[in-house]
Amino acid sequence: MKFLLVEDNIELANAVSARLQLDGHVVDHADKIDDAMAFMQTGEYDLILLDIMLPDGDGRTFLKHHRSGKNDTPVIVLTARSQVSDRISLLDLGADDYMTKPFDHEELQARCRAVLRRNAGHAQSVTELGGVTLDPVAGRLTIGARAVTLRNRELRLLELLINAPGQIFSKAKLADRLFSYDEDVSENAIEVYIGRLRKHLEPSELRITTLRGLGYRLDHG
Amino acid sequence: MDDAVNVAGSLRARLALTLIGSAAAIAILLFFVVRTYAAQIAQSGQDSILEASVASILDAATLRDGDVEVDFPYVAFSMLSTDADDRVFYAIWQEETLLSGYELLPVADAPDGGEIVHVSAIFDGAPVRVATAARILVGANTRTRVTVSVAQTQDALAGTLNKISRNVGLIGAGFFTLSVLVASWATNSTIRPLERLTHSITRRGPKDLSPVARPVPLEMAPLVTSLNSFMARLDTSLKQSEDFIAEAAHRVRTPLATVRSHAEATLQRVEREDNRQALRSMVRAIDESSRAAGQLLDHAMITFRADHLETRTLDLVELVEDLVTRLAPVAEMKDIALTVISEGAVSVEADSILLQNALRNLVENALKYAPEESEITLEVGASPRPRVEVRDEGPGFPPDQMQGLAVRFSRGDNAKDTIGSGLGLTIAQDVATAHGGELTLGNMPEGGACVTFLL
Repeated sequence: MKFLLVEDNIELANAVSARLQLDGHVVDHADKIDDAMAFMQTGEYDLILLDIMLPDGDGRTFLKHHRSGKNDTPVIVLTARSQVSDRISLLDLGADDYMTKPFDHEELQARCRAVLRRNAGHAQSVTELGGVTLDPVAGRLTIGARAVTLRNRELRLLELLINAPGQIFSKAKLADRLFSYDEDVSENAIEVYIGRLRKHLEPSELRITTLRGLGYRLDHG
Repeated sequence: MDDAVNVAGSLRARLALTLIGSAAAIAILLFFVVRTYAAQIAQSGQDSILEASVASILDAATLRDGDVEVDFPYVAFSMLSTDADDRVFYAIWQEETLLSGYELLPVADAPDGGEIVHVSAIFDGAPVRVATAARILVGANTRTRVTVSVAQTQDALAGTLNKISRNVGLIGAGFFTLSVLVASWATNSTIRPLERLTHSITRRGPKDLSPVARPVPLEMAPLVTSLNSFMARLDTSLKQSEDFIAEAAHRVRTPLATVRSHAEATLQRVEREDNRQALRSMVRAIDESSRAAGQLLDHAMITFRADHLETRTLDLVELVEDLVTRLAPVAEMKDIALTVISEGAVSVEADSILLQNALRNLVENALKYAPEESEITLEVGASPRPRVEVRDEGPGFPPDQMQGLAVRFSRGDNAKDTIGSGLGLTIAQDVATAHGGELTLGNMPEGGACVTFLL
C-alpha cells in the first residue's frame, strides 16, 4: 500500500516509515501542510496518516481542505492528545479514524484495514504467489476458484510469510507480531496458527516448512 | 461547589424595611398633624359660639340706680345646645361680687375693652372651655365693672374629634397598606435584574465563559464589567492550561511514539532472545505509561465534568454501536467478536462524552482479559432502568476482590500480566454515579466477567 505520512517530527516520521516499509508499504513523508498538499496534487495514496500539531497550522485545516476537495482517500489522525471530546471532533471533521501516540503498529494496520474495508472500491493491494491470492483488506485467501475468509491472526501470519517467501521467521519473532508484545505467549500458540494456515494452503503450491530450532519458512513450488 | 457564601444582610430586606418604615412614619405623622389641626378647628368653632354667648349676655347688662341688671337673652344659651347635651355654666360678676351663676367657675382676667379671653379648665369634674369678657358700665355717678363667663363641657367636641381621629386613622392605615404594596413591588423590580443575571450565569454550561451580553441597569454595570473581565481572565487561563496540557502531551508522546516505533522495527531484525526481551519490555513500559497518562487525564476531565453534566437526549444503542465500530479493529487483532444485543432504541438523558468514555473503558477492560477467538457481548436494555451489560469469556473477577476493584488504582490479581493503570473501572463508576446510576461487577455462572452499567 502507498501511505502519505504527514508528521513534523522527523525522528518519529523516520521510525514510522521504517516500520511501514518493513511490511512492504511505500511511504511518502511530508513535514508540513503545504508539502502534504503538494504531494496530494501529484500522487495517489491509499491512506493518509495525519499528525494534528504541525508547524504551519493545525492538521484539522488540512482535513477540512481535504474533504472539501471531494478527495476520498481515507485519513487516520495520529494525535498526541487523548481528550475524548477532541477525538470526537476529529471524526466530525472527516477523519476516518484516529490513534493516540504512541501507537501499536499492529493496531495501526488493523485500523488501516478497517478503514479501507469501509471505503470499499478504493485501490486494493492484493498479493499473488504461486496461484494463491491474498487480499489483506478483506482478509480473503483465494486458491483457484476457492475463497476462504481468514481469521485476523491467520491473515497477519500469512501476510508476513507471503511478503517474504524463502525467509526464515523465528517463532519468537512471529509471536511478537501476532500477540502485541504484552502477553505471556507460549510458542506453541504459533504452532496452532501455522497448523491452520497449512490446512488452508493445502490445495496450493505453497508450503510452510518447519526448520527445527530456527523457525518457519514459506516455500513455493 | 457548595461552599456557603458569607452573607451579611439582605438588599431586599434593607430596601423593603426602609420603604415600609418611612411609610409607617409618614402615616403616623399624618395622623397627628391632621388630628391636631382638626382639634384646633373644632375648638375655634366652640370658642366662637361661646364668644357670641358671652357677648350677648354682656350686651344685656345694664346699670339701673347703681345696680347691675342682666336680662338674659334666651339665645345666649340656646345657641350652645349640642347633640351631646353638653352642660353650660355661667358666672356674672360685678367687681368682685358674684351676681349670678357659679361662684367657683374659673375666670380669666379679661381686659375692660370687651375682648374675650378663652381658657380650658376642669370644672365639676369635667373639662370645660371658658370664655370671659368684661365691660365697664357707667351710670349717673357710678362706674362699675361687669365680668361675664360662660363655660361649656366638651363632650360634643370630643365626640367630633374621636370621629375625625378614627377616619384619619383609617386613611393612615390605608396609606400604609398601599405603601407596603408599592414597597414590595419596588423592591422586587429593583432586585429582578440581579436575579436575572444570577439565573443567566447559573444556567451556563461548564465551558461557557463568554461575557454577559444582556443589558443591565447602570448601577450593576461595574459588577458585570468586573465579572466579565474575571471570566475573560479565567477563560484565558483555562485555554492556556489546555494548550499547555496539549503541548506537554505532544512533547512527551511524540518521542515515546518514536521510541516505540524504533523498538518494534528493531524487533523485526534482532535475533538474540535477551535483546528481544529488553525491546519487548520497552514497548510494554511505553504502553503502560501512555495508557496511564491518558486515563489520568480522562479521569481529571471526568471529575471536572461530573459537577456540570452537559446532558442531552441520546440513543444508548447508537452510542454503543459507534463504540463497537471504533473498537472493532482492536478486537479483531485477538479475533474477538464484539456483539451488540438490543431491542430497539434506548433513549437516555446523559453526557455523551462521559458515557462514551466510561463504556470504552469497560469494553477495553473486557478486550484485555478476554481470551482470543472469544466473544464479548454488549447488551443494551431499557427496563427497569437504562443499562449496558458487558460480558466476556475471560477469567472473571476474583470473588473476594470484587468490592475494591472500582477503587482508584486497584487491580485484580488476575491482571498481573496485562497493561493497565487500574483507573478504567473507577472512571466508569464515577460516570455512573454522576448520572445517578451505578456500576455492578459480577461473574457469569459459566465463567467470564459481567459488568453492568446502570443509568
